[in-house]
Amino acid sequence: MKVTLKIWRQSDKNSKGQFVEYPMEDVDKDMSLFELLDTLNERLVLKGERPIVYDSDCREGICGQCGIMINGEAHGPLMNTSACHLHMRSFNDGERLTIEPFRSAAFPVRQDLSIDRSAMDRIIQAGGYVSVDTGQASDANQERISHHAYDEAMNAAACIGCGACIAACPNASAALFTGAKISHLHRLPQGQIESDDRVINMVTTMDDEGFGNCSNHATCEAVCPAGISIKVIADMNKLYLKQIGKG
Amino acid sequence: MNKRLSSDKVPPGPLEKKWAYYKANCKLVSPGNRKKYHIIVVGTGLAGASAAASLGEMGFKVSCFTFHDSARRAHSVAAQGGVNAAKNYKNDGDSVYRMFFDTIKGGDFRAREANVYRLAECSMSLIDQAVAQGVPFARDYGGYLDNRSFGGVQVSRTFYARGQTGQQLLLGSYQALMRQVSKGSTTVYTRHEMLDIITIDDEAHGIIARHLDTGELETHYADAVIIASGGYGKIYYLSTLAMACNASAVWRAYKKGAMMGAPSWIQFHPTSLPQTGTHQSKLTLMSESLRNDGRIWVPSQKNDERQPQDIPESDRNYYLERRYPSYGNLAPRDISSRAARHEIEGGYGVGPMKNAVYLDFKDAIQNKGMAYIKDRYGNLFDMYNKITGRNPYKEPMMISPSAHFTMGGLWVDYELMTNVRGLFAIGEANFSDHGANRLGANSLLQACVDGYFIIPYTLPNYLAGKSNTHRKQEIEKAGEACKQAIQDEIRRLTQIEGSKTADQFHRELGQILYKYCGLSRTAEGLKEGILAIKALRAEFDQSLIIPKNIHSINTELEKAMRVKDYLELAELMCLDAMNRHESCGAHFREEYQTEEGEALRQDEAFSYVPVWCMDDSGDHHLLKETLNYEFVSMTERSYK
Repeated sequence: MKVTLKIWRQSDKNSKGQFVEYPMEDVDKDMSLFELLDTLNERLVLKGERPIVYDSDCREGICGQCGIMINGEAHGPLMNTSACHLHMRSFNDGERLTIEPFRSAAFPVRQDLSIDRSAMDRIIQAGGYVSVDTGQASDANQERISHHAYDEAMNAAACIGCGACIAACPNASAALFTGAKISHLHRLPQGQIESDDRVINMVTTMDDEGFGNCSNHATCEAVCPAGISIKVIADMNKLYLKQIGKG
Repeated sequence: MNKRLSSDKVPPGPLEKKWAYYKANCKLVSPGNRKKYHIIVVGTGLAGASAAASLGEMGFKVSCFTFHDSARRAHSVAAQGGVNAAKNYKNDGDSVYRMFFDTIKGGDFRAREANVYRLAECSMSLIDQAVAQGVPFARDYGGYLDNRSFGGVQVSRTFYARGQTGQQLLLGSYQALMRQVSKGSTTVYTRHEMLDIITIDDEAHGIIARHLDTGELETHYADAVIIASGGYGKIYYLSTLAMACNASAVWRAYKKGAMMGAPSWIQFHPTSLPQTGTHQSKLTLMSESLRNDGRIWVPSQKNDERQPQDIPESDRNYYLERRYPSYGNLAPRDISSRAARHEIEGGYGVGPMKNAVYLDFKDAIQNKGMAYIKDRYGNLFDMYNKITGRNPYKEPMMISPSAHFTMGGLWVDYELMTNVRGLFAIGEANFSDHGANRLGANSLLQACVDGYFIIPYTLPNYLAGKSNTHRKQEIEKAGEACKQAIQDEIRRLTQIEGSKTADQFHRELGQILYKYCGLSRTAEGLKEGILAIKALRAEFDQSLIIPKNIHSINTELEKAMRVKDYLELAELMCLDAMNRHESCGAHFREEYQTEEGEALRQDEAFSYVPVWCMDDSGDHHLLKETLNYEFVSMTERSYK
């Protein structure tokens, strides 16, 4: 098949970027999109041109590196699928694919499609953990955890930290990402003890980092490769309001 | 060449008391003095993050380096199936000793007893630790922790978090690390790649790291350095590893005097997805846990063109169940991979490239129901569907062996210290616990145990006993020289101006290694392999092309440096494989096999760990760590 890649090129975070089109021929439909980008880069390097910078590491949908917009959608057209799991069979022969980085004030572009997502690390630093030092733990089976609680915790814990939720949100809100960690830890007895402080500290940091507010568009849930439900945002809001109410 | 192997430092006493003895007698650094020591950790995977967090909690000043944009991305994240622990929660006869024995036997009696026993001993604390961090391990309906079985054992000791155990354990250690960052004990340098170790007289004093965004070379001094940079299976290009996994930290430590243990012992995972075309950049792994319920088979007739559903039971060869009745589809990885290769090379392979075998869930779905299979393996089945476009609920999966885990790595003593003083290696980066073959769900365990439970004892023991023989001036001079050498190397690579990309070289190297130093090896093949690698190295020096910018992001330069290290390491792997006139674990020499085609060890001549070192002129020399089995007797490794 043939496709045209229309790719965002930006040489560094301060420069102005632009789209550049690259026609691609003899594309194998079983190739992944990143393998097509690899092929294009090889061509550019051999011609002495600057290759395209993009983040992609595990290529099995779990490391969370590969956030890009494809035709205006975070991670492209497939539901619950990260960009690295997109194969060319998901596109039509002759199609033009517009590829650009995740856009958010809190995610400065490093170069081309690569972005700086360190704001998400800082949200976790604000309280996205259980305060336990190595060696303090008691026997793992001492406290029973219902299958249901485990299931709900795991659903939230599955977040891969890619930032698609933020890129897809009209307000660039990090509510799904932040809510997922708050909900995961709150549903387990080990994490619950610190829930009150955690929610205040993480939400405050989220605001300080320049992420917007949630206004219930739910586009985050639609694009999340890990299938995180907006229920986690409800969990976060409930805990937050309880704390504010205590005032 | 007058290098000697340092002592293995195994404590005296009976096996089950060695670690307790060590802990009771090691030197300590008092709480008030800990912040005076600076420790560098290279890598933020499970081993690196757990070590950094634990040392930070104790009060040491820690700096952690990763080339990723966040400490949550390392490839530990991709381990699916689980983590082993001898909790015996299932009351099925498990114990620390049994787990130790399974691991020693799984490694084909080529690992140090004391280390392996300690791994099993610490396994239980790891489960406690992870649960306390909020790692959501699977629970049964009574609320207790659930377990499953992995290859090479007859008990259920594998704890899991759906098919995302590695991710959840990594996030646990990442969160512990982020907690230390917020407390100020630890600094994480993201987008930094370590390029050299600063040493004086075989003592580590820091590292040179390149900031990947600015290209700046930074010198960081420290009292001790821990390498936790993972394995180098990506040397085969097509592997289950992530694109940026590399051997550079390990290899550069080797070139600075650390030694390499068994570099050719590499595990090929039996259940990865087969290659489908030349464009392919990696082979995705499907968790071994699938073998709990899936049955592996090939058609009994060669080149059978029928769809799998149309092949009746009588025309199917369930070769693992047939050859290994007591372990069946859960035979260890090396044996399963070799058996698959045997069928594929015999002409029974399936799929478009005839390079795969079937993993069939038809019987399990019939006997246990669709809901059970969905609950246990749902995300793995979805992943299979996403990658291949096929539905494994309706037709069998196609799987094939792929380069996966490196048992080999930096040689370490009982304290996990290399023979360079103050340079430690943990997790997959070292050679220690797995011998010649690693059992499933032991890699997450080893990474965690090294980082959480061993380093916090052995590293302070080193610091407390250290005499500051080198003056600051002397150390800084060594640092400057190191930095200059890296600068020259980078300049040289950008000035080759050839016509072949780093990836092109990498792919060719991978083909050479699969052919000559892969699932099976011969003396003759290895000789050819070494010649081919040497030729490729010479071509690399003449024909590499990369962009010339060095003060901004240059992903091709990053790749080129990794490939350069791979080309050098590949030769040592072949040397190591050639030297070993026996088959053991994952190392299979065709000259040494039983009549049934099983690995044939040569215990008299080869009961040792090959330990390689490099002399000043760049030649490799072999030293031997003799393996004295005091507590178990070596037996033929049978899974029949």
